[in-house]
Amino acid sequence: MSEQMTGAQSLIKSLEAAGAENIFGIPGGAILPAYDPLMDSKIRHILVRHEQGAGHAAQGYAAATGKVGVCMATSGPGATNLVTPLADANMDSVPMVAITGQVGAAMIGTDAFQEADIKGITMPVTKHSFLITDPAEIPLRVAEAFHLASTGRPGPVLVDVTKSALQATTTYRWPTELHLPGYRPVTRPHAKQIREAARLMLEAKKPVLYVGGGTIRSGAHRELLALATLTGIPVVTTLMARGAFPDSHPQHLGMPGMHGTVPAVAGLQKSDLIISLGARFDDRVTGNLDSFAPNAKVIHADIDPAEIGKNRYADVPIVGDVREVLTDLIAVLTAEKEAGKEGDYEGWIAFVAGIKKAYPLGYDLPADGLSPQYVIERLGKISGEETIFTAGVGQHQMWAAQFIGYEHPNTWINSGGLGTMGYSVPAAMGAKVGCPDSTVWSIDGDGCFQMTNQELATCAIEGIPIKVAIINNDNLGMVRQWQTLFYGERYSNTNLQSHGQPKRIPDFPKLAEAMGCVGLACDSAEDVDATIEKAMEINDMPVVVDFRVNKDAMVWPMVAAGSSNDEIQYARDLAPEFDEDDL
Amino acid sequence: MSIQPVKTGGKHTLSVLVENKPGVLARVAALFSRRGFNIESLAVGPTEHDEVSRMTVVVNLENTPLEQVTKQLNKLVEVIKIVELEPESRVQRALMLVKITATTETRSQVLDTIQLFRAKVVDVSTDTVIVQLAGNTGKLNDFLRVIEPFGIRELSQSGMVGMGRGSRSISERSLRSVAVPAPPSAV
Repeated sequence: MSEQMTGAQSLIKSLEAAGAENIFGIPGGAILPAYDPLMDSKIRHILVRHEQGAGHAAQGYAAATGKVGVCMATSGPGATNLVTPLADANMDSVPMVAITGQVGAAMIGTDAFQEADIKGITMPVTKHSFLITDPAEIPLRVAEAFHLASTGRPGPVLVDVTKSALQATTTYRWPTELHLPGYRPVTRPHAKQIREAARLMLEAKKPVLYVGGGTIRSGAHRELLALATLTGIPVVTTLMARGAFPDSHPQHLGMPGMHGTVPAVAGLQKSDLIISLGARFDDRVTGNLDSFAPNAKVIHADIDPAEIGKNRYADVPIVGDVREVLTDLIAVLTAEKEAGKEGDYEGWIAFVAGIKKAYPLGYDLPADGLSPQYVIERLGKISGEETIFTAGVGQHQMWAAQFIGYEHPNTWINSGGLGTMGYSVPAAMGAKVGCPDSTVWSIDGDGCFQMTNQELATCAIEGIPIKVAIINNDNLGMVRQWQTLFYGERYSNTNLQSHGQPKRIPDFPKLAEAMGCVGLACDSAEDVDATIEKAMEINDMPVVVDFRVNKDAMVWPMVAAGSSNDEIQYARDLAPEFDEDDL
Repeated sequence: MSIQPVKTGGKHTLSVLVENKPGVLARVAALFSRRGFNIESLAVGPTEHDEVSRMTVVVNLENTPLEQVTKQLNKLVEVIKIVELEPESRVQRALMLVKITATTETRSQVLDTIQLFRAKVVDVSTDTVIVQLAGNTGKLNDFLRVIEPFGIRELSQSGMVGMGRGSRSISERSLRSVAVPAPPSAV
């Protein structure tokens, strides 16, 4: 199985062996040797316009398919442009391998042209990283990188390869085994912990399933549905877990957190048992931690032991893969049910159902102009439940999480933990490459869109017909919302247009046309459906729709940063009232 | 409200076995820095196994539970094993070199003090001596306090190294190499 070849050939062959089918990247000096054998490889290389786009595309690809996303860049600035996507993937547990060129081994440390210590720079934001100077190591390190990225808690792995290693002659040998003595992720949950969890679930009166992104990464949506059906326990899905549980399901209370639904926030806050499944008690979910769900015990299941007890004490810690945890829990609870033991949650279920009915998600139509929530709601309805949606960060992201009904995992792809503006368009590109038969809608804000829209040229040239809905309010909307609420309506640097000029800069439909896409615009509610339908009919090139929306729309409900979840506002200056007498 | 029965506060000594690879020290140091864990002392050196290095880390924790420190350390791929060395069951030493002013008038007093602490003179000049002393923090600090009036010209101190008492070895079982099958080649 060993063959003589260059390090560059060995790298490409190793990527093929690891199962890479697509690479998003840009060549440059140090990585140049690898691009020569790549020309003859069956791996498709998608030439992006900016390395950040390559990284987010690899993330979108990974999130849509569950496979490892791969991106490639040269040394120095090419590599540093990958830092944001790596950090993003690290926060959101996205399996990703980044290959970077490095200056020749003899040049390292000399401040050579395009030299950057990318392994050092990315140490805090990757799951692991390698610097390869010996070409013989290439196949082993690539195999390790894919293994690390895709097992345990998934994450990004950086493989930095010196130009000298790429140019040298070496022997290619795909490893048969990996020696990673410090890496032994636990996936099988401990039976004792499962029994203890089941006991708490049977004793509880007000339990809630707190479902996080780990449930999607572990592919546990079927098991989750089975457990929810078996027990009747209400479910909340975090921003990272939208789609893990069908939105249409009556037990679903929606998304918890800063902009979560009232029933989801109240469901956690007033529960006596939180069953956390691949979630991490993020500050955007808990609000003020000291007053979060004060009467709840916690069962915390996660594949990463460091998440358990990090923010909130876990009464029953369970280290394991969520899917295996759920399978085991179902087995124990089914046996208990057959023995006549079931939880009694009747009063609780009625209580949360009452809140769900009293406080549905909604929005007020503006007196003039187009409602952004309406546009997003119609996008969800018209494009259907199989559609993949990506989002950037801000108001449009929250509305897309709120007003689109998600029925399937991996149909909602966004930047949750890091909150990276500009994520949407390149992530949509990656998702479309991974799922060419799915409709992929990038929902984006006008601020986000201007950070990474150059990848539309990539999409047009490479034949990746994504659809982009710009929720264009001429402003950095979420920041503006905070200025409205907390800074006395002093709008410092959030208006993206020149003041008092009627002309919009840039003209997004023209920009789209210039990049080889179809550009559409819509500014009235009557035209929304027809415009979306027109965009849906175009499947041979990317489409960009500029939805010009009212800039004063705000995201509600809201728990102000640092406040207790008890302080949730259903709408501005409107606190929900709960009748807890029945509980 | 659940009460958190966790170990926080104070100093803890951790023995950390790591793969002997470039950059491991940087990874560990960076982890402590970015998570806001205070390192009081850090020492690294080889072990009885070529492929393994041993770090002794003394952490001073204010609000972070020790468990969070060990869990975060364990996430580093090159960290193989972490053991806390409890005060009652460990041996812990640091090495100190002190250059002390020792003129003809004070030399005999200095040497007396050095002998009291069972320290060793390793270099002599006309008006100074360099003294070597090993011990725990308390002993080293006591020595410095007593010798200080003579004049400390220079001080160099190693990190703390430590080991559990008794016959058990922390590296016995953990270092057996566990191989996982590599994913089969897709081509």
